[in-house]
Amino acid sequence: MKLKKFTVLILVAMLLSVFVIGCGNDAKTDSEPPAEQSEAIKVGWVYIGVPGDYGWTYAHDQGRAYLEDQIPGVESIVLENVPEGADAERSFEQLAQEGCSIIFGTSFGYGDAMLAVAEKYPDVKFMHATGLQTADNLSTYFGRIYQARYLSGMVAGAMTENNTMGYVAAFPIPEVIRGINAFTLGAQSVNPDVTVKVVWTNTWFDPAKEKEAAKSLLEAGCDVIAQHQDTTEPQVAAEEAGKYCVGYNNDMHEFAPEGNLTSPIWNWGPYYVNTIQAVIDGTWASESYWGGIDEEIVDLAPISDKVPATVTEQVEAKKEALKNKQWDVFTGPIMAQDGTEKAAEGQVLTDAEMLSMDWFVAGVEGSI
Amino acid sequence: MPKLKLIKRENESTMARLVVPVLSIIMAFGCGWIFLALSGYYPEVVFTKMFNGALGSPYAISETIVKAVPLMITGLAISLAFKMKLWNIGAEGQIYMGAFAASGIALALGNGSPYILIPLMMIAGFAAGALWGLIPGLLKAYWQVNETIITLMLNYIAIYWVDYLVFGPWKDPNSMGFPLTPIFSPAAQLPTWGDSRVHLGLVLAGIIAISFYLIVQYTRWGYEVRVIGESSQAARYAGMNVARNIMLVMLISGGIAGIAGMVEVAGITHRLQQGLSPGYGYTAIIVTWLARLNPFVIIIVAFLFGALLVGGFAVQIVGVSFSITQILQGTILFFLLAGEIFLRYKLVLVREEAD
Repeated sequence: MKLKKFTVLILVAMLLSVFVIGCGNDAKTDSEPPAEQSEAIKVGWVYIGVPGDYGWTYAHDQGRAYLEDQIPGVESIVLENVPEGADAERSFEQLAQEGCSIIFGTSFGYGDAMLAVAEKYPDVKFMHATGLQTADNLSTYFGRIYQARYLSGMVAGAMTENNTMGYVAAFPIPEVIRGINAFTLGAQSVNPDVTVKVVWTNTWFDPAKEKEAAKSLLEAGCDVIAQHQDTTEPQVAAEEAGKYCVGYNNDMHEFAPEGNLTSPIWNWGPYYVNTIQAVIDGTWASESYWGGIDEEIVDLAPISDKVPATVTEQVEAKKEALKNKQWDVFTGPIMAQDGTEKAAEGQVLTDAEMLSMDWFVAGVEGSI
Repeated sequence: MPKLKLIKRENESTMARLVVPVLSIIMAFGCGWIFLALSGYYPEVVFTKMFNGALGSPYAISETIVKAVPLMITGLAISLAFKMKLWNIGAEGQIYMGAFAASGIALALGNGSPYILIPLMMIAGFAAGALWGLIPGLLKAYWQVNETIITLMLNYIAIYWVDYLVFGPWKDPNSMGFPLTPIFSPAAQLPTWGDSRVHLGLVLAGIIAISFYLIVQYTRWGYEVRVIGESSQAARYAGMNVARNIMLVMLISGGIAGIAGMVEVAGITHRLQQGLSPGYGYTAIIVTWLARLNPFVIIIVAFLFGALLVGGFAVQIVGVSFSITQILQGTILFFLLAGEIFLRYKLVLVREEAD
């Protein structure tokens, strides 16, 4: 018994000494990374996935790269693959301790952690993508991706042959529900008989599960697959089955060259530049930002040439109407799945109604 | 043709016990060093950050402890079953069941006194984990059903049961559809030390370790457990009730793992949620095995594991990507476990005729 304890003690001692040796060498080497500049602004990023997902996190990372390009003094610290649980709080706190002036968290489930750390570090600014709660030093930001989803729904609705489409969806929260409804309304605007089947994966980022969900929809007879997921796997599943698909986050055309029709996409870069510039200028203030297609934070990727030109023209016309704010997606009449009327003829849903949406429009097959 | 074979060492030399772990660690860091250098990083900067991120400041140490507490308690839970050679790999599910029952109490009796609420949550957590351990225990004791398979399968049931609750009946109406229960009232949250996240669970881990040591070493029942672990035939011959002890050990093992789930919800997340345990039930198996089932060593090894996980996470701050971090952690673990093998077994050359 004593011997074992001794062994472990030695083990601990060695671990520590190796670290100490590491620290000691540190001072001697001349191959250290460049020292930080005094005018640099440190920006922290907490990602739910990895930039290599070619989806949600990739889009944010592109925004970060754009930011560093536009504002030379920006120094980024990135934490990838941070789960929405007990580890999140430490990640935000570590970034605050590293001297970040502003920290971006890019997933809904970071809310508790960001609120807690924001309270502890009143001088650090926190930016919560897709979040709901704000504080003096905690903003939320998002884009009206539902506008781009409506446009992608128009494309999909025109291309389905059996009027059955599938939607691989992450969590049954308003953000995702709103997207499914917008997609369905867009499809119905060109093809009133269309139905959209929904499968929940209950994960943002799980390539294998996303692909399985897409396959189950294809087996259920869907001939177009849309997605609210962080990876390209649902696209790959549709491509392999020889069916059409609509991507998300980025132009996913290269992952399904035959099947991909278009993708609602994010363009975070300009928003990140404005935000950091506001921090530098001292004009940053807590807000709940929700920019639309007119501010170019959301957009539609180029439409596949398999789509008839007449459809593309229709989509372009709708996009212009959205840009000019002549019209928005959730304009009545809108009927819910259960037959109740959610918006009368000409009535437009308010932001508050859209942000708390917990019902499907008629034509969606699935439950929340 | 001569072949290489692993032969169990009859007695491990003191020299080997000192040299092997030391060598393993040096090789692990050496290998990591080369790997980092080849990947274009500054190994000294990365390892410094790893150390500082895990142990370099009071905050870092507190976070390492936070990560280590569930590993400590779960490791202790597993060690008792392993002592009797009962392969309880169901600690993950037992954690979830403990968290579920404790959350049930917290949500139902939210505004009670903490002096009633916390002990009640503990009892509930223990009971639910114990039930989850007792099921495979019963099957093993009476029908010799393989406990490894049953405990593993029960993990999925427990995890999906919690999923069902947080997606369904227990979902917070204010979470906008996100799968979380409401936050527990302050009375149902474990007290923490200062403004760190270190909570009462650390004290519990210590109490459990001391109790286990005393019980296993100094009580008649502890003696029975050890004898049954060595040879259940001999134990039966000596008149020990093997079936009863299998059930009892699985019950306590599961119950303690349930306590780990309870302290995680009551001490850290303050609500029941999906993905509550990032595999603590499995990581704790490695902890227990490296600690050779010694309760005090489990505490130390769990702390070092916490340091490895927290420090590994921190190196992302100096620009090392997540996948590189994982490779680094994997390398260190690989060398440690490989070292253990050479400590317990020796490599010998044998001629084929000898087989």
